[in-house]
Amino acid sequence: MALHDRDRIFRNIYGVHDVSLVGAQKRGTWDGTAAFIKRGPDWIVNEVKASGLRGRGGAGFPTGLKWSFMPKADPRPSYLVINADESEPGSCKDREIMRHDPHLLVEGALLAAFAMRAHTCFIYVRGEFIREREALQRAVDEAYAAKLIGKNNSNGWDFDIVVHHGAGAYICGEETAMLESLEGKKGQPRMKPPFPANVGLYGAPTTVNNVESIAVAGEILRRGAAWFSGLGKPNNTGTKLFQISGHVTKPCVVEEEMGIPLKELLEKHCGGVRGGWSNLLAVIPGGSSMPMINEADCQTLTLDFDTLSKLKSGMGTAAVIVMDKSTDIIAAIRRLAYFYKHESCGQCTPCREGTGWLWRILSRMEAGHASKSEIDLLFDVTKQIEGHTICALGEAAAWPVQGLLRNFRPVIEARIDQFTEKRRAAE
Amino acid sequence: MPKKLIIDGTEIEVEDGLTLIQACEQAGAEVPRFCYHERLSIAGNCRMCLVEVVGMPKPQASCALGVNDLPPNKDGSPKVIFTKSPMVKKAREGVMEFLLINHPLDCPICDQGGECDLQDQAMAFGIGASRYTENKRAIEEKNLGPLIKTMMTRCIQCTRCVRFMTEVAGVEELGAIGRGEDMEITTYLEKGMMSELSANVVDICPVGALTHRPWAFSARPWEMDKTESIDVMDALGSNIVVHTRGREVMRVLPRNNDAVNEEWISDKTRHVADGLRTQRLDQPYIRVGGKLKPATWDEALALIGSKLKAADPKKIGAIVGDLAGAEEMFALKELFTRLGSPNIDCRQDGAKLDPTEGRASYIFNSTIAGIDQADAIMLIGTNPRLEAPVLNARIRKRWRQGGLLVGVIGEKADLGYEYNYLGTGADALAKFVGHAPANKERPMFILGAGTLARPDGAAVLATAVKAAQSLGCIKDSWNGFNILQTAASRVAGLDLGLVPAAGGRGVAEMLSGGMELVYLLGADEFDTSILGRTFVVYQGSHGDNGAHIADVVLPGSAYTEKSATYVNTEGRAQMTMKAAFAPGVAKEDWSILRALSTHAGQTLPYDNLTALRAAMYKVAPQLARLGSVASADAADLGKLAGLPGTMTQAPFVNTVRDFYLTNPIARASTIMGELSALAANLKPTTRAAAE
Repeated sequence: MALHDRDRIFRNIYGVHDVSLVGAQKRGTWDGTAAFIKRGPDWIVNEVKASGLRGRGGAGFPTGLKWSFMPKADPRPSYLVINADESEPGSCKDREIMRHDPHLLVEGALLAAFAMRAHTCFIYVRGEFIREREALQRAVDEAYAAKLIGKNNSNGWDFDIVVHHGAGAYICGEETAMLESLEGKKGQPRMKPPFPANVGLYGAPTTVNNVESIAVAGEILRRGAAWFSGLGKPNNTGTKLFQISGHVTKPCVVEEEMGIPLKELLEKHCGGVRGGWSNLLAVIPGGSSMPMINEADCQTLTLDFDTLSKLKSGMGTAAVIVMDKSTDIIAAIRRLAYFYKHESCGQCTPCREGTGWLWRILSRMEAGHASKSEIDLLFDVTKQIEGHTICALGEAAAWPVQGLLRNFRPVIEARIDQFTEKRRAAE
Repeated sequence: MPKKLIIDGTEIEVEDGLTLIQACEQAGAEVPRFCYHERLSIAGNCRMCLVEVVGMPKPQASCALGVNDLPPNKDGSPKVIFTKSPMVKKAREGVMEFLLINHPLDCPICDQGGECDLQDQAMAFGIGASRYTENKRAIEEKNLGPLIKTMMTRCIQCTRCVRFMTEVAGVEELGAIGRGEDMEITTYLEKGMMSELSANVVDICPVGALTHRPWAFSARPWEMDKTESIDVMDALGSNIVVHTRGREVMRVLPRNNDAVNEEWISDKTRHVADGLRTQRLDQPYIRVGGKLKPATWDEALALIGSKLKAADPKKIGAIVGDLAGAEEMFALKELFTRLGSPNIDCRQDGAKLDPTEGRASYIFNSTIAGIDQADAIMLIGTNPRLEAPVLNARIRKRWRQGGLLVGVIGEKADLGYEYNYLGTGADALAKFVGHAPANKERPMFILGAGTLARPDGAAVLATAVKAAQSLGCIKDSWNGFNILQTAASRVAGLDLGLVPAAGGRGVAEMLSGGMELVYLLGADEFDTSILGRTFVVYQGSHGDNGAHIADVVLPGSAYTEKSATYVNTEGRAQMTMKAAFAPGVAKEDWSILRALSTHAGQTLPYDNLTALRAAMYKVAPQLARLGSVASADAADLGKLAGLPGTMTQAPFVNTVRDFYLTNPIARASTIMGELSALAANLKPTTRAAAE
């Protein structure tokens, strides 16, 4: 099982071909867009629903269903906001789309906006993405110049794109914090309900979608929902950009079918785990916020939403972080805990206070300077954060630690024993 | 449409639009909270109010969840909510532990101790011990001005203070900077806060991060006696609680009254208490050889009695100050009537208000709560931010809801909301006479006391009534013609008819000379030096302008030291309670007048307050209905429109120039002096001011 070249959506993900509008059009982008618009918004929504596309931002919510939540007759304007604030450690697919295949995104934005009766789209680009923003802006400008978007464009739906540059805060990737940030406020998540589809940007109905979810929309319509749903597994259809980093011979971003076995993905595209498959310690399958999966489970692991959630982990953004046996697994998770402590917005109590506590305990555990009862305390603290916060950053901070405790408790205990032993010897 | 919920096993019906925390309260379930406050926007950040909603996997923040967002279960049965289930208990314990890990737990040296939400809720909902062994966070103190002491290490980042300043006070000077555990509440530039309502943040702070600087370390809440009373710093009659220890007033806190002050009070109301300790008149004085010499009550009263007996009744007169209670005003009027003097006046600023024109002509007819319904407000010659800050906050609250048009005639000022500026004075007002009715349901006029104190005040009043009639402010179901009084005593004084009788002299005439004796009942707000060689009696609590020129000084009581009736600007009678004793041999004011009446040979027929009040209620029955507003007849306003006179071109001038120093008590207060100096140096910074 491997994705055939003809089934690839992102045919310039490595930037070897022409990135400009001309090049993109040669690859088929913007082909038949006007015709899709003629068929009406409901057709587009139904087609995307039928394709089984699930949101590529992490949660895996069915995209077509999300679009259908937008009110159909509302005096307020509707907005499409595209989340290009790709900040999750491990994730690096959206930047490749923006750099090398931006017209897929621009076209998808028009189609998605039309499906939701929105005339304006904001693309919120991560602060650190300077070149990506330039590339995207170039593509948007080209599309405007070619009258593909803008007022009275050739596609028949007035449509504006605003490329907004963030300031580099992880939390602004949370959809409601992103809306706050777009409105010029401090990026802090909002309470839900009301959901953005009811009260979103500037109080108007808004849908926030991931870059990849939007960028695949054009191709799905062109090739048909059946083509997309025919790839992958049931309920986990289509293709997906996988991003493999860490201890593999050749880290890369690659488009593959959903549900590809982990082993195949690593060996086929990444030159295998450093030191051979048997040298694998664990993988984090979906970006840093997902709990890790140990080596035993990795043997038969397939990468799709349902399999991973059965293993108490998650597909996330399909950013696979591979760790071989040289990894100090406690240090690795301690570093992630530091990241979430640093990026917590500070709004709500469990995350503000809990993330720092996690990091501090883990820092001591890394050295072994802890007692074994603190392992349970650590787990307790993650449970006190999880599910009690306004946004999902609470879970994102708690899960990697829970993954560590579930899979590597003996390692921590051994580290503590070692430290205690050494100290006793010194006394 | 009411909605059914089952909360902790009790099925209740709640109104649409409530939040779940309110529904739980109605069901009698106690839900702990820190960030949630009824009068502020919902932040949902403390996570203390988590409850279990059956069918939802995670515990829900009940403050942020509307009952509208809780559809019935699929089988149509009402949603089931638990506030005491194991899931909720665990969640609360977790949140409580998180709140405490970086809290210093320095309760023994914290002024909030004993009235601290964190302390109380930790006892009720927390676990006994901490499992946190790391170092705690510390945050530098912030400069929030002379009223607010900060100890930001204690802060739990609930952002109530930020929301109060932004939403209620209308001053966007407080905010949160930093992220995660480094988040701090600050004024950004640390210049102090430019608001007349700033100290309310201390009340709403659930922990000891913000405490009252002037009262720092002076008393514990459980040591103090609490007396419910009424404030007299402005004519709003804010409801307060006076905290005393022994003879001393330690502090003044607001009391909830939705109809008057909601739960806010101005900084002056709160922190004027130190003025009650200084400059006090604690014994009678008689001027001998140009100097005031201590005297006994008998000597002082005998001297005044003999003067009153000897004088021509037409040449004695009385002027009443802004802080006098109804009881002493009534006694004073009785005494002077019995002496045969028509010269009495409660309008020391010279306001052209006449009780014979009907009560509607001098009160805030729509009531203060009426602001909530108004859809257009015209402010004429008034700056409510200085004349009644809490009322101004109410206008701002209404403005924030949208659909309120505000116009200002008079001085431009930073009010904390946007308005259309319509002109400086008479011309701008006169334009609205004969104007087509405003396209509004409930338009409102608010006429400042400054416009009425002018020589042409009567003409301004008449023109304003005509304009209000033209614009449709006065209708059958809505009387939007309002006078914003600034003196706490004024409405009661007018109710009791403390204005010159036929042929009598008012303040201006009394001051212009030819008087043998002038009796000042706490009257200080005019240039007293022009009384010259007239024999002046000053009865009051503080050694201020009046006492300086007095020949006899009679020490009275301040508002915290007597039970007295005050009628606020909307005509609501309210009573203060005696919270402390007056200093030295000072007495309650009505009893001084009763004693004097005997010396003057005109003994007043009441020996106690009850008898006095019974007599007073015969004259003004509305004063007996404490807490309620006696309705005024809007038809009387029609007669006002016919008043003769023409307006001059002088621009309207607001009556309050220095908010912090408007009365003798405030002028005796060190803190008010400090704030006054600070305000003079600080520029207002609200966004509305810039526009």
